[in-house]
Amino acid sequence: MSTKGTIHVVHLYPREMSIYGDLGNTRVLMRRIARHGYTPILHEHHPGADFPATAHVIMGGGGQDSGQLRVEEDLAAIGDRLRDLAAQDVPMLMVCGMYQLMGKRFVTSTGSSMEGLGILDVTTTGGAQRLIGPVALQTPFGQVVGYENHSGVTELGASQQPFGTVVSGHGNGPEAGHEGARAREVIGTYLHGPILPANPALADSLIAAAARFATGDDFQPGLVDDSIATQAHDRQWRRILAAQTPR
Amino acid sequence: MLRRAGATVIGKALVAAARRRGGGSAFPGLVVEKLHPRYLADVLGALPRGIVVVSGTNGKTTTTRMVVALLRAHGLRVVSNPTGSNFTRGVISSLLREVRGSGRLDADIAVLELDEAHALKFAEVVKPTHSLVLNVARDQLDRFAEIDHTARLLSDLVASTTTGVVLNRDDSFVSRSRARAGAGVEVGWFGLDDSVRHRLDELQEQDVRLAEGEDDVPPGGADDILLAPVDERAFTLVRGASDDAPIGPITLQQRGLAAMINATAATAMVNQILGAGFRADIVPDALAAVVPPFGRGEVIDLDDGQLELVLVKNPAGFTVALSTYGTTPEATMIAINDDYADGRDVSWLWDVSFESLREVGVDMTSGVRGWDMALRLDYDDVEVREVNLDLVLALEQFLARNPGGLRRLFCTYTAMMALRRHLVETQGIASFGDEGQEERA
Repeated sequence: MSTKGTIHVVHLYPREMSIYGDLGNTRVLMRRIARHGYTPILHEHHPGADFPATAHVIMGGGGQDSGQLRVEEDLAAIGDRLRDLAAQDVPMLMVCGMYQLMGKRFVTSTGSSMEGLGILDVTTTGGAQRLIGPVALQTPFGQVVGYENHSGVTELGASQQPFGTVVSGHGNGPEAGHEGARAREVIGTYLHGPILPANPALADSLIAAAARFATGDDFQPGLVDDSIATQAHDRQWRRILAAQTPR
Repeated sequence: MLRRAGATVIGKALVAAARRRGGGSAFPGLVVEKLHPRYLADVLGALPRGIVVVSGTNGKTTTTRMVVALLRAHGLRVVSNPTGSNFTRGVISSLLREVRGSGRLDADIAVLELDEAHALKFAEVVKPTHSLVLNVARDQLDRFAEIDHTARLLSDLVASTTTGVVLNRDDSFVSRSRARAGAGVEVGWFGLDDSVRHRLDELQEQDVRLAEGEDDVPPGGADDILLAPVDERAFTLVRGASDDAPIGPITLQQRGLAAMINATAATAMVNQILGAGFRADIVPDALAAVVPPFGRGEVIDLDDGQLELVLVKNPAGFTVALSTYGTTPEATMIAINDDYADGRDVSWLWDVSFESLREVGVDMTSGVRGWDMALRLDYDDVEVREVNLDLVLALEQFLARNPGGLRRLFCTYTAMMALRRHLVETQGIASFGDEGQEERA
């Protein structure tokens, strides 16, 4: 079967860092790549394994503290490779715990510090308050809906772009007003839901960047019926805004 | 004593009033707790054979029923709490129905289903003599935040148990809590026999547990009870002591491996409680007579056929439900709400594989998150014929379009409550209160 090209998807640490349904992002990406007429190949990267030789888009999810500790060593080992791929405009979607580890540093609530990869210019501090609930954002990819569940408070460096501005919910911190971070094609965000299914424009932007990197050509989208995703998205959006209490 | 009696009389009057209004409530328990803060400890502490707590993420209700049935088959008088009342006030409210005016319970032993958080709160008030810990899985992470936290709560329950605990030897999140059992507290095990260890994935999530070498299956003891299925319906229970014959074969009213492992856990618990008084020969009949709790494979007779209600609340439970019922294609509806009792974050639906529904498709999705469920199914290439967010209209259309035979409804907690209420009103099926009455009779 001739396709428009082959796209290699790498999911980082599916066992340790995917407890909030973030595996769904990879499911969506794989299926959408195929629906757009490309051939997806999935690589699950586990701690201690060799990093896949070919990688066109990289996915990471949220875990708990014990999960972060289990991947720390491996992340340091593959750090140079990830930084190099990010610099070549390889798209990455890093959710929650992996978003924090893409940053410069993570300081726990007890004060101990953990180095991140520094791909995003952010620093996260463990907070006393757990930020939980539905989130609505305005982003360069349109209106985005999701669900946050974290205690980290993330500060952006001086020239670091956020992923979006908060319409409802918390985002990078209780009063931050912004959510996540974005540099080149790398997106870090706290949003579960998972984030991609109900925000297909975001999924397609990752696929477009992956297709460009994989084939050297522009992304040639196929015809994908997103009527169900649009319904799911719009209803979530309206419901979140309707439930919003005025600040 | 006088205080206990006074609180009991007032509490019983409130329970009677609540029943006249239709349905139970935690309110009588709240009042009694205010009148007499140590009421629960007082009433339960007087039971001669102790207090058994059943906890874990999945299977609590079914397993509690099985423990109760097995103890009753052995001639014990048992009090238990109905589903959904698993916090101290709810437990008090349910006990008020059983207790005499003097505040004395007409029972030998209490068997209580308590969720992970409430089990610990309960243990702060009343120390259980026995605890049965079933499993730990991701469930309502918006409430418990982390699975490690849930595991800690359960090991705290183990630590506060005074006489004996029975633990799942195949779930390292549970089995490692053996280290927390107090001095002199007996530790027993239930789990899968070696002949079916390859089916562990059907019961347990593939997650970090599998990556941990340090938590191997604990060595078995003489009182362990292990599950050895014969086929899809029948199974035997292998006893740790090699000279004891296996128990069974046993066939439950509920189908599937999950129900079998619940029966294994219940039998191990009862074996530990009764010791030399345990009678293996009466176990098969007692377990076979257990009626599935409502929403756990309960089949409701309607005018034009049957409706099977399957409660789903977390990825492990939904996966087990699909592998249990996926083998018999039926007309299917899925209803997903996201209220507090359902879990507000529906991300977990993406950790479940729905490929087993591809063949028949899904006739209807409903509930507040009906479109999100349809979207999930679409990405597994499962055809969804209609989405209607109105639960009652969706159910009516689903039933009308699939007359006769068995229809299956997977639903989250509040969706199930709403739909069951509708069925009580329109089909004259037993309401919750009636179901509770039968159970106590």
